[in-house]
Amino acid sequence: MTAREVILARLRAALDPAPAPVEVPREYRRDAPVDLDRLVDRLTDYRAHVHRVAETAVADTVAAILPTGATVVVPPALPPAWLPATVTARPDDDLDNRQIAAADAVITAAAVAIADTGTVILDGSPDQGRRVLSLLPDLHICVIRAAQVVAGVPQALARLTSHRPLTWISGPSATSDIELNRVEGVHGPRTLHLILLP
Amino acid sequence: MTRAFLGMPTTAPRGVGHLRGEQTFPAAARQALADPQLRRNLGHATATIRAKSAGVIAEVPDWEQLRAAGSAIKADVLARLPELLEQLEDRVSAAGGVVHWAADANEANAIVVDLVRATGNDRVIKVKSMVTQEIGLNEALEAAGIAPVETDLAELIVQLGEDRPSHILVPAIHRNRAEIREIFLRAMPGVDPGLTDEPAVLAAAARRFLRQTFLSTPVAVSGANFAVAETGTLAVVESEGNGRMCLTLPRTLITVMGVEKVVPTWRDLEVFLQLLPRASTGERMNPYTSMWTGVSPGDGPQEFHLVLLDNGRSAVLADEVGRQALHCIRCSACLNVCPVYERTGGHAYGSVYPGPIGAVLSPQLTGVADNASLPYASSLCGACYDACPVKINIPELLVHLRDQAPHPRGESAAMAAAAYAMDHPALYAAAQRATRLSRLTGRRGRGLPPPLSGWTASRDLPEPPAQTFRQWWASR
Ligand code: SF4
Repeated sequence: MTAREVILARLRAALDPAPAPVEVPREYRRDAPVDLDRLVDRLTDYRAHVHRVAETAVADTVAAILPTGATVVVPPALPPAWLPATVTARPDDDLDNRQIAAADAVITAAAVAIADTGTVILDGSPDQGRRVLSLLPDLHICVIRAAQVVAGVPQALARLTSHRPLTWISGPSATSDIELNRVEGVHGPRTLHLILLP
Repeated sequence: MTRAFLGMPTTAPRGVGHLRGEQTFPAAARQALADPQLRRNLGHATATIRAKSAGVIAEVPDWEQLRAAGSAIKADVLARLPELLEQLEDRVSAAGGVVHWAADANEANAIVVDLVRATGNDRVIKVKSMVTQEIGLNEALEAAGIAPVETDLAELIVQLGEDRPSHILVPAIHRNRAEIREIFLRAMPGVDPGLTDEPAVLAAAARRFLRQTFLSTPVAVSGANFAVAETGTLAVVESEGNGRMCLTLPRTLITVMGVEKVVPTWRDLEVFLQLLPRASTGERMNPYTSMWTGVSPGDGPQEFHLVLLDNGRSAVLADEVGRQALHCIRCSACLNVCPVYERTGGHAYGSVYPGPIGAVLSPQLTGVADNASLPYASSLCGACYDACPVKINIPELLVHLRDQAPHPRGESAAMAAAAYAMDHPALYAAAQRATRLSRLTGRRGRGLPPPLSGWTASRDLPEPPAQTFRQWWASR
């Protein structure tokens, strides 16, 4: 008997007599209006920095966040108009981890954002890139459009595709391990900027 | 062993892993109760988390509906566990992962050791996982000459302090910031001697210390919070980004999960991702959640192994009342509200699963005989049941397990009386006051007055504290 057969036989034996089928009650909220102010409020509560600007102002906003000459990791399909001339772009043409870690910042788009929880979700699309890009640099600038914002977790999952690698981000890296208080800044980016477009 | 016997529900083996303590709960609790610093640290931390959690739960108008759904999904999972595991295996394999089955801790450890050896590496990075502590994976790796590096801040504090974890979520909850600073100064290579006890400074020290290790270790071991049978997707919920590092940077990822972590559908995540963060760290959402399905070409680990572990779970499943302990999503809310845990801390429970859930899960995984005192490590006040996001009726389970605990007959009868008294606050309060009085009047304050004395006469109970659980509870 393989371990697989042993385990499945044990579980089947444990379920004899068979339990009654279970009906899952789903009476929780699945529809709610999207409140952009709530998203901003939640993100600010996590000490993320939020900028609400027009799409034409993204590059200027980035220029104001990053010092002149900063190196910025850029996923393959990031809109070029989002990058100011003041920064040095490092397009991800197979950058190795040390090159990514050495950059000052990363700029990505996002797939979905959740207003209720202050979460942005990256799904590895070409304007977001590989997961490591938004992990190693110490500062992450994430650009999201109002149409990508949903009210709650159920609506977000409905928009996502399960087979893509997903990273849910709710504020900068943090820990609650010291006396159970949230402290920003452990291994992920210690500074998170959200640029919210109309 | 016959085939038929092999296929019967079986408890976790002895001699491996961390499900059994060296002492009974009362003996271990007595040591903890004598440590006022430990009690202050625990009291401060659990009060903080209770307030945060209550605040963010109050924001959710449909919390009770979410709990009801979460509880029912888990009951459905258990009722269909074999078929869901087969479906999960199928989907993970189709997405490029390799699924392994481990009947117990020894098999799981051997699988992981072999997988690491096959990569030719002698070090792995680890993201905090209860299940790898349960099976004693670190010891097995070390015995095979492989160094496991814990990357979670609290685990690092525990590892550097040569200590044991004492909480599901915050394994170093028993340490305050001054103690953490001392541990880092003593045991963290290359640490800045000017380190302060500012939490942000301590976190930055861990960041510097581990960065190089993350970048240079090609194998990681993780647990999983959820695995979706329908899609083959695994999910890990975390805060610091060490989880993302382990799940993203290495070439090879090995995930060990208890069989009960499977959920049927993608949509089911909408329930648990709302319940878990608010009940555990008291946040609307934890900073990072990673989800992956098999292998993504060009992104993250290119080799993925999933180890499905029984290790006593089939025995828990076989008990129609007891199986609800397998609903647990390891949020730790029941620890944070438990007046017993708050006074004794996690070490007293012996097992890696402390607090109310540990008191009902550990004895079932090992067989009640091996953790016979744990079902008594509770005042049956019911706070854990109210706090549990998946509605595990822990008091009911405690009473159920007490029936099975091999205590002398007189003791069971006395415990039944105690349980009755504890369910009837006035009687219990009077009994506890009487115990305190007997201490103050000079008699050794061990034991409760009749009808509870039959139990306490044979228990070496800790000295009653100056304030009882109930007085403390009432005064909060
Ligand atoms: S038993 Fe319930 S409250 Fe306790 S850790 Fe598990 S899910 Fe959380």
